[in-house]
Amino acid sequence: MTATTTSARSDLAELGRSETALRTFLHGLPGVDQIGADQRAAQLGTRSIKTTAKAQAIDLAIRMVDLTTLEGADTPGKVRALAAKALRPDPADPSCPHVGAVCVYPAMVPYVAEVLRGSPVHLASVATAFPSGQAPLEIKLADTRAAVAAGADEIDMVINRGAFLAGRYQEVYDEIVATKEACGAAHLKVILETGELVTYDNVRRASWLAMLAGGDFIKTSTGKVPVAATLPVTLVMLEAVRDFRAATGRQVGVKPAGGIKTTKDAIKYLVMVNETVGADWLDPDWFRFGASSLLNDLLMQRTKLTTGTYSGPDYFTLD
Amino acid sequence: MSERVAVRKTYKLFIGGKFPRSESGRSYLVQSANVSLASRKDARDAVVAARAAVKGWSGATAYNRGQILYRVAEMLEGRREQFVALGVPGDEVDAATDRWVWYAGWSDKLPQVYGGANPVAGPYFNLSAPEPTGVVAVVAPEAPALLGLVSVIAPAIVTGNTVVVAASPAAPLAAVTLAEVLATSDLPGGVVNLLTGRIGETVPTLAAHLDVNAIDLAGVTDADLAADLEVRAAENLKRVLRPVPADHDWTADPGVGRMTALLETKTVWHPKGV
Repeated sequence: MTATTTSARSDLAELGRSETALRTFLHGLPGVDQIGADQRAAQLGTRSIKTTAKAQAIDLAIRMVDLTTLEGADTPGKVRALAAKALRPDPADPSCPHVGAVCVYPAMVPYVAEVLRGSPVHLASVATAFPSGQAPLEIKLADTRAAVAAGADEIDMVINRGAFLAGRYQEVYDEIVATKEACGAAHLKVILETGELVTYDNVRRASWLAMLAGGDFIKTSTGKVPVAATLPVTLVMLEAVRDFRAATGRQVGVKPAGGIKTTKDAIKYLVMVNETVGADWLDPDWFRFGASSLLNDLLMQRTKLTTGTYSGPDYFTLD
Repeated sequence: MSERVAVRKTYKLFIGGKFPRSESGRSYLVQSANVSLASRKDARDAVVAARAAVKGWSGATAYNRGQILYRVAEMLEGRREQFVALGVPGDEVDAATDRWVWYAGWSDKLPQVYGGANPVAGPYFNLSAPEPTGVVAVVAPEAPALLGLVSVIAPAIVTGNTVVVAASPAAPLAAVTLAEVLATSDLPGGVVNLLTGRIGETVPTLAAHLDVNAIDLAGVTDADLAADLEVRAAENLKRVLRPVPADHDWTADPGVGRMTALLETKTVWHPKGV
């Protein structure tokens, strides 16, 4: 076992050296059974999680939220308020945990850093010409370095979908490697933008490509295209991180983002994580939700469980 | 040729413009029909639907709301025989239809009667305008099944509120059939939501719900339950309409009280030009 794993590791490390090797490997990955993946995801979505289990799931989901605002209209005041909310999501209840991270544009990082300094909440920033990724490499790298210099300890990069779909895997690989280097100590999340990859086979290939190139997390979407995170896509990515750990021993995190708005949705994802990759990933270090409106729904459900009465959106901040 | 098998009807809830079964899957037998037995979660879903409908409905012009209420009367008139077949007296159907028309007329008049310019001692225009309270929970009277129901729904929604109605547990068929009328009357989904089943199960949830702004206890007959509901409603200072006495004459002129009880007054001070 150990011997094969070691040789597999060195083989995988060699892949990035040639376009042909990468293509052979990625196209040699087993195809995804689309109907099977859809059914499996739908089936896992029917689990009933109630009472104390639900309370635990909600607290875990809150700790996994990457509280996100990525709008052209973001102001220093708005992101400061968001950061304050990340530290104390429910000011009325001190037992409510803090969220996993705050996710903003690079220009907003300094304002968030002021608020989060010294706290356990991470500061994520999108970079590399988010959301399209259509900019020269030097600009993407400069974008990344600026975000890290401003205080971000997690970088959400977008892959070059144009190159990926055209089959130029080496180019995508090299960009991720270069961005990882530009990140320094910061964690790198690689956004695959699965809504633009069209097939589950492509999602699996892009997941492997991102992990081979050194990504610490793989993330579904930017939230800026109509099709964002879905359960089956996340299932394919979870299987990829599971297989990657089995092959290399390195654990990679997963972050579904976009379109997850309710507690019910979030719990479906948690069930899927537990059933697909196991409890090792049920931790904010290895699984995150990229979301903005999800947090308020989690807080409302949490309030229902602690007080017994249904709460309303009037009692939580909008941003 | 074999004999045709009649299509038997299950009476469902009315939430967000759709007719779902109870989330709990339960039903109960009443008036020789299967009727959904709503759960606390159905009540919560209904409040979510009602809240989502507030913006569009309260933002519609008063004229438009009046047109839609009149349209309800038109549709109700066309379904007269169906209600009669359910045991609702023809006179009562007519009275209920007339009541929709009566309230429809108030839609653009109430703000004129209950709002206006206030004389103030300063260089200001001072204007008051009535605005809807928001989401209103309503316990429908046990009888008369149709006229009583219309008499509590229409005054709440004509001003722009949205409602979650707990139908009379003993006579829900007329209520569900009225929901079918509403669903075909251009009334946006979620403005009226109907729960059938036990009052003691759904209404305490509605009374305690922090996203409900007012509760009309018209059909509550148990004094202890009414007191309990008022206590629950106090948590977020809901407007409360007390239970209506059992001998109340629903055919009499309703007056404007039910409409004005579910309004908030907004007053604006505007500086006059010098």
